[in-house]
Amino acid sequence: MRFIPNTDQDRKEILEFLGIKSIKELFKNIPEELLLKKNLKIPKGFSEIELVREMRFLSEKNADLEHYSCFLGAGAYHHFIPAIIPHLMGRSEFYTSYTPYQPEASQGLLQTIYEFQTLICELTGMDVANASMYDGASALAEAMIMAFHITGRKEVIISRTIHPEYREVVKTYAQAKNLKIIEIEYENGITSLEELKRKVSDKTAAVLIQNPNFFGSLEDIKEIERIAHKNKSLFIVAIVEPTSLGLLKPPGELGADIVVGEGQSFGNPISFGGPYLGFMATKDKYMRKLPGRLVGATKDSKGRRGYILTLQAREQHIRREKATSNICTNEALCALAATIYLVSLGKEGLRRVAELSLQKAHYAFEKIKEIDEFEAAFASPFYNEFIVECRDAQGVNRVLLKEKIIGPLELEKYYPELKNHLLFCATEMNSKEEIDGLVNILRKIK
Amino acid sequence: MKLIFEKSKPGRMGISLPDCDVPEKKIEELIPKNSLRSKLNLPEVSEVEVVRHYTKLSTQNYGVDTGFYPLGSCTMKYNPKVNEEIAKFPGFKSSHPLQDEGLSQGALELMYHLEKILSEITGMDGFTLQPAAGAQGELTGLMMVKACFEQKREKRTKIIVSDSSHGTNPASASLCGYESITIKSNERGTVDLEGLKRALNEDVACIILTNPNTLGLFEEEILEITAIAHKKGALVYCDGANMNAFLGIARPGDMGFDIIHLNLHKTFSTPHGGGGPGSGPVGVKKSLVPFLPKPTIKREKDKYSLDYDKPLSIGKIKAFYGNFGVMVKAYAYLRALGPEGLRGVAENAVLNANYLMKKLKSYYYLPFDRTCMHEFVLSGKKQLEKGVHTNDIAKRLLDYGFHAPTVYFPLIVSEAIMVEPTETEPKEILDEFASAMIEIAQEAKENPEIVKTAPHPTTEGGRTPVGRLDAVAAARKPNLRWKKLDKREI
Amino acid sequence: MKIPKELKYAKTHEWIKVEKEIGTAGITDYAQEQLTDVVFVELPQIGKVVSKGEAVAVVESVKSVSDIYAPASGEMVEVNKALENKPGLINEEPYGKGWIFKIKIKNPKELDSLLSAEEYEKSIKEGEK
Repeated sequence: MRFIPNTDQDRKEILEFLGIKSIKELFKNIPEELLLKKNLKIPKGFSEIELVREMRFLSEKNADLEHYSCFLGAGAYHHFIPAIIPHLMGRSEFYTSYTPYQPEASQGLLQTIYEFQTLICELTGMDVANASMYDGASALAEAMIMAFHITGRKEVIISRTIHPEYREVVKTYAQAKNLKIIEIEYENGITSLEELKRKVSDKTAAVLIQNPNFFGSLEDIKEIERIAHKNKSLFIVAIVEPTSLGLLKPPGELGADIVVGEGQSFGNPISFGGPYLGFMATKDKYMRKLPGRLVGATKDSKGRRGYILTLQAREQHIRREKATSNICTNEALCALAATIYLVSLGKEGLRRVAELSLQKAHYAFEKIKEIDEFEAAFASPFYNEFIVECRDAQGVNRVLLKEKIIGPLELEKYYPELKNHLLFCATEMNSKEEIDGLVNILRKIK
Repeated sequence: MKLIFEKSKPGRMGISLPDCDVPEKKIEELIPKNSLRSKLNLPEVSEVEVVRHYTKLSTQNYGVDTGFYPLGSCTMKYNPKVNEEIAKFPGFKSSHPLQDEGLSQGALELMYHLEKILSEITGMDGFTLQPAAGAQGELTGLMMVKACFEQKREKRTKIIVSDSSHGTNPASASLCGYESITIKSNERGTVDLEGLKRALNEDVACIILTNPNTLGLFEEEILEITAIAHKKGALVYCDGANMNAFLGIARPGDMGFDIIHLNLHKTFSTPHGGGGPGSGPVGVKKSLVPFLPKPTIKREKDKYSLDYDKPLSIGKIKAFYGNFGVMVKAYAYLRALGPEGLRGVAENAVLNANYLMKKLKSYYYLPFDRTCMHEFVLSGKKQLEKGVHTNDIAKRLLDYGFHAPTVYFPLIVSEAIMVEPTETEPKEILDEFASAMIEIAQEAKENPEIVKTAPHPTTEGGRTPVGRLDAVAAARKPNLRWKKLDKREI
Repeated sequence: MKIPKELKYAKTHEWIKVEKEIGTAGITDYAQEQLTDVVFVELPQIGKVVSKGEAVAVVESVKSVSDIYAPASGEMVEVNKALENKPGLINEEPYGKGWIFKIKIKNPKELDSLLSAEEYEKSIKEGEK
């Protein structure tokens, strides 16, 4: 076996040293009736040649965005990944290390996490950020629990314009923790302020919104913040398409108490839904209520700067049942990709990616809207996703698929009332030619 | 080393982006002005600077590819390179999670078979691949426990954990609103059956056990334990962090466990990435299958699909379907090994651990002196007599070019040193590590200062870029981000 | 290890000194040594009414965290604000500048069940076995 260096001779020597005759004796503490008498019923082992052949065959049964055009977003975005990212991610000193429990031997990774925390703070306008969460959805769920720990209140208000899968995850966590979820309807593509005002109460731990929301629209953050804070509830903002922060005002400047989000757009491949990375940031005063790993700067005995996991007394291995969360392993390597992405792009680059996504989405929107059969669903300003209504959503996607286009999301899947509504997405990856091609095909659909 | 922010210079950029090829509108026409940001303080650096910065940082990091990494409970085995390449195939790396199911047959087929293989390995009836890490798997498992009793309309409020358990166990229990009861281990380092019987009653929903436990010992009375739990109507959960010891040898399902989570980034060779991404699939027995997170993967003839029609499901615990990229690597590993290969993993892991344990036990106190499984726990008690703490020993190992074992865990062993060599280390490396440990034991007696002041940075002939870092200062005055105006040299 | 004679102790390693009806409380020298360097103290809320044995404050070190229990029932009247910036005072002077809170004692009789210095010392020795 190529991954096991011990030879028969090595094993013999070790057994002699241990004073036993066979490896079997090492398993003598396991009751005889539990020991497997036969091989596991799984496929027999492959050589590397066979393995690569089989795995390539399997991979080619999937469509991929290198061979298809894509106008689908909805929480997983097709952005450009500069070559230096996979190249640097291949440094195996990074990817074959464990969580940095021995800081002196892990300065490389610790410094990148410290840089990541700094970047997330800058983007979101918050004071402190953690080292990452599993994904945007679970980060939002953890933010809800954090709000419960801070306020002691047991209800959360969640807008229906939040990504449906995120809401599902929040519900699952809430159910376990015995918290109550109250959903708020939307009006013209954004959270209904009237309903929100009616539903907040002295039981509301937090108000949760997404911006830009699942429909691509920009929420009236300032007003929602006022309603939440007037009620002494926390205000939590989820950012699912974080390139938007290249243009949009950071939620921290608009009064958010906790900002969470999905960092996949920053240099991480779309990879059939994971691994991605959640991010989470808050105000200084809630620092000790944050879940997850935190890296801090400190010094060694000679005054040299170094980095270390800190404030660990919040975490499960010390606080056990009273920990802020049970999270330990997070998404460090994905956070490293995001870090390299953000510093490569820099202030100009990220702004440019956001502008290109914005312009292309609006160009596509204008062109599609011109077609008789397609109508804009909402009038709210949007970033790089928008909704149009058509006669036969499934039919549209069937036609697009034939032309090797992965088309928009059929919203009925998540919103029964939005039958024949399509959620389109555009990024810097969609050329004008591609968009014009899409529009031409749509025009021909009767 | 400087931070990337300290290398920034106005006007530099590390990427080139195309001009806008569609007719541009004024931004203010598209987005209300009061929604636009006024400043964005990201660093400005060129491509070559970015490459050098992170390459340099990588050299200040110790990975399995650098050397021996005996971090107990973490199974730091070699990460096969071919799996990294396979995960980059476009069909895996660049497929959209919401694309038509007909376009995702390869991904669904892979996940379906991975579930089947994991079921066979563990002796379970169904699996979910959705959890992103072991701790999330554990949470998912307990959510299913809760849902199961709610469906039966039984009110159970407690979870029993062992005093040698991972901290995630009680933390996950509390995320599900359960109260944890900790039971003490007996003098053999395993579950005290009498203590368990005393704690067990109709309020207990579940017992969480790690097997082999965190001392690296097999729970010999596991069949009695699961039987008495079931008699009281409680479920038994296996923290599968230590599954490496069992592959092809024995199955938690046969032991009577109802639920298990696995760590693909431990047992199944996917790289840990410096703290993720991991993957924490959860397997369950038949009675719990209806509660698995949705969607599940369905196979009809040769067509695979996602099944959301699961009325009893706990719901979703992550967007989409889990850390797919990690699953690809684990699946490739399993296909490469096959049944004999897997058995060889467990055998050699256990062999290596027993070898190292015997080599070290006359130099370090071994609290539970009997055959171990894939790992063992020493105590730095003898060295403490000279004022040398386990933490000092860990730091001194860095000077010798090794990563340190897990220290101060499990909590029931004072000055604990938890060593897990894994099967991917040759005997020579184990010998070198043992020699280093023995030399350090000697130093602790004769020259304790050199151990107490470790690690010694490169400037002093050591191997680390910095000396021992001040954890107390870091926690007293947290500095968690770089600030431009911060003139403090920290 | 210091265990001043004039103080009363709880098995959970708090000390209390009562003057008139106000008790000043903190953690013992033994407790601070076990905790190692204290990095953060979560102080009780002033005005809070607590009962004996209730967790009222939290003391954190790098490696561990400990609840601090009220050695007597009563109302929190003062907390040691100095600990916010210098939590290390608990290590330096556990019985002096490292005090944690002052409590207005509700029922002085409760104090009788606390340990004397000798009894506390004995209880530590038993705990270590």
